[in-house]
Formats: sequence, structure tokens, C-alpha cells
Amino acid sequence: MRSLMNIATIFKRELKSYFEAPVAYVFMVVFLVLIGALTFMWPGFPLFERGVADLASFFAWIPIVYLLLVPASTMGLWAEEQRTGTIELLLTMPITLGDAIIGKFLAAWLFIVIGLALTFPVIITVNYLGDPDMGVIFCGYIGAALLAGCYVAVGLFTSATTKSQVISFVLSLTICFILVMAGTPFITNLFSEWAWVITVVSTLSFWTHFESIQRGVLDMGDIIYYLSVMTFMIFATYIVIDNRKSA
Amino acid sequence: MLEAKDLYKSFGSIKAVNGISFSVAKGEVLGFLGPNGAGKTTTMRMLTGFLPPASGTATVCGHDMLSNPVEAKAQIGYLPENAPAYDSMTVENFLKFSAEIRGYRGKELQTKVETAMERCQLRDVQRQTIHTLSKGYRQRTCFAQAVLSDPPVLIMDEPTDGLDPNQKHTVRKMIKEMSSNKAIIISTHILEEVEAVCTRAIIINKGCIVANGTPDELKKKSDTGRLDDVFRSLTIGREESK
Repeated sequence: MRSLMNIATIFKRELKSYFEAPVAYVFMVVFLVLIGALTFMWPGFPLFERGVADLASFFAWIPIVYLLLVPASTMGLWAEEQRTGTIELLLTMPITLGDAIIGKFLAAWLFIVIGLALTFPVIITVNYLGDPDMGVIFCGYIGAALLAGCYVAVGLFTSATTKSQVISFVLSLTICFILVMAGTPFITNLFSEWAWVITVVSTLSFWTHFESIQRGVLDMGDIIYYLSVMTFMIFATYIVIDNRKSA
Repeated sequence: MLEAKDLYKSFGSIKAVNGISFSVAKGEVLGFLGPNGAGKTTTMRMLTGFLPPASGTATVCGHDMLSNPVEAKAQIGYLPENAPAYDSMTVENFLKFSAEIRGYRGKELQTKVETAMERCQLRDVQRQTIHTLSKGYRQRTCFAQAVLSDPPVLIMDEPTDGLDPNQKHTVRKMIKEMSSNKAIIISTHILEEVEAVCTRAIIINKGCIVANGTPDELKKKSDTGRLDDVFRSLTIGREESK
């Protein structure tokens, strides 16, 4: 109970701090402009020319656009606390390290989900253009929210490893990039000789699990995958911070 | 109220704190003295539960810092070195956050924040964001955060560092006012401060306690009867100090 209240307090402060600085609005606008432009205008993937009213091109771009948005919004979570010394204040307050980590994680996740929710005009657009399968779209949004959770968890972890926001940004972008690309034909074709390598590499990839959700299949296996990535990264964050302060 | 039991801590091959034990009772203001790098900050970080000691422990009002950290931390108000605070928050919101995390809600929270701002003279800047504050206001904001819940134990790392003489005077006055019902530790390397506010002083050097007594007792250790000379002779050895 006490712990939940602490998590809520940390969560509120962290979420507010996004909107206290202009950066949050910049991220949001860039995210919305990018995803909008890519969905509707990218050559070879255009929503208009396919003649089908769905959001396939929107969801296909989500993992790529997240690569910029998520590391940028998570890079400060711990790096800034460590650089300015507020971590000393935070961790000597009557809370546990776990409360602080979970509160921050949830705040950053909700921030991204707010960005995702603001893409609602694309739903209106496809409904105006035709008669899309709303079940598939709903499923896609659930998948995109879960995927955001994984990116945020990676960003939370890299932010804990350094005092520098720039290093955190580059690290989490790289890790997420590898995790996304691992499931694409780009990488899997490299291992075409060994089927089991493909299986291992692609089951670990964000891409593989996001693909099936996009098709409207909300598989328990995919949900468990996302939740385990988040749990693993949060746990790794705990270990990193616990070790850093004792170093 | 606060007890340090045989604390050890090393960073790599450097022994930062090498077996420190002491206790502070209610009503005492303990001055923690030592040259830079003597282990003052490390000791304070272990007392407040920020750093885990390599061995030994601290107890605060009967709560052990290692086995019951949340309860122990709830008894402590802490002002870390350089007064860190969330730069993008306003003074008022920052204090509200610290009050909330210490379990206050609603009207009680409001009263605590108001009192702390009144006491630390932060009224003029309550709606300013912290990064726009001068050093003195920043220090007082962090100080307000530490005393807000009226904790039985107060630990302050160089509370007057970087302040102008008037501000130093104010901070010392506040410490003295609060000392009757609290156990207070302040670290400093300003010796006049010890004489001004402390009821007892501990001098540490290279991670060990080299002296422990009232300022008057310490002064008697030197032929000249001056605290400076005692400090010098204990921390750099008798030969060099002459």
C-alpha cells in the first residue's frame, strides 16, 4: 500500500516534469509529423495508392519512428538524476529503489502512449475513406502500446548506466535498432542456411512479435514476450543502479 | 538517536571510511570535521542509506539502516552536498513532492509546505523554477526539504558552503533553533562554524576518527588553545604543522 503510494508520487512528478519543459512538446510534434508523413506519403508504402482502407503502413512505421522518440524521452530518466545529484536526494527518501524505478518507467510509458493516442486522426481518416476493420486497428494499437513499453524499458536501463543523456540516447537507439532489425528479412536472410538460428534470432525480435499483432492476432505468446522484455529490463535497471551507488 | 557502528567503505584500493563508530543524542549538534577527502561525505552517505557500507551499520531511532531502510530513512532529513534539487520544478512543487513522498496528503501536506517555506524564507521565490535561483535560495530550498517533516534526525553535508556571511548566519540560526529536540550532524571544514553551533565535534582523517569531544575539550589538546591548530596537528601530523 505504502509502496503503491510512493510509486504514484514518483510517477506524477516524472510525468509532470515532461510537460514542465518544452522538450516534451517538441518530441510530440516531431513524432506526430513524422508518423503522419510516413504513413500517408512515403513512396512504395502509401496509404492512398493501395486502395485499401487500413492502417498497415501506419503500424509498419511505428517501430522505426519509436527509435527516435522513445530513446529521446527516456534518456533523462536516470542520467539526469545522476548528473545533477538528485539521485542522492531521491534514494535517501523513505522509498525503495524499486518504487522509484517502477514510477519512472510507468511515467515514461504513459508519455509515449499519450503520443500514440494523439495519432487518432489517422483512424478518423481511414474511416472516412472506407470501411476498415476496427478490430485489427484496435489490436494494432494495443501492440504498439506494448511495443512502446519495451522501448521505454530499454531506455530506462541505458539511462541508468550513464550520467550522460547523449550516451543513453545512442545506446538505447542501438539496442532497440538491433532488436527490431533482428526479425526482418534483412538479418534473417544472413542465416538462411541455419533454420534454428533464424528461429532464435527472430523470436527475440520486436519485429516478429509486432507483425502478428498488426495482422489483428492478439496472441498470448506475444503479450508474454513483451511483458518479459519489460520485466527483464526493469530488473537489469535495478541491478545497475544498485551497483553504481555502491561503487 | 543515531548510531554509527563500525562503518567501513572502500572504493577500489582506497579506504574511504575505515571503521567509524559514534552516536548522537537528542539535543546534540555534532560537527563532523576533516580535510577534503577524509571520508565525511562517504560517512554521511552511509548514515542516510544512500551508500551501503562494506561492513558495519547505522541505526536511526532504533531502526537499522540495512534491515529496515524505509523506516530508518523516514526518521532522517538530509541535505546532501551542493544542495541537489529538481531544476525544472518550482520551489513550491518541489517541496510538495518531498512532502508527498514522506506520506503527507491534502491539508496536512499544504500546512507542512507552507511552514517550511515560511521558516526558510522562501516566500518570495515559491513560484520560481529552481534553476533560476541563486545559490543561497537553492541551498535553503534543499534545507526546507530536509526539515519539512520535522524529522528527529537531521544530517547536513556542508550546509553553509558557498553562502554569503548573512546567509551563513541565517542557516546557523535555524540549526540552533531546531537543535533542542533533534539530533543533528553537520559536516564542515569551516572551524568557526563548529564553535558557533556545535555542542560536540568529531575530527576524521583518512577514514578514521582522530578526535571526539566538545569544542572546548578539543581546544585543550593544543598548547595555543585554538581549534585551527588542533585540526592541523591531528590531520597533517605534528611535524608538518609547525
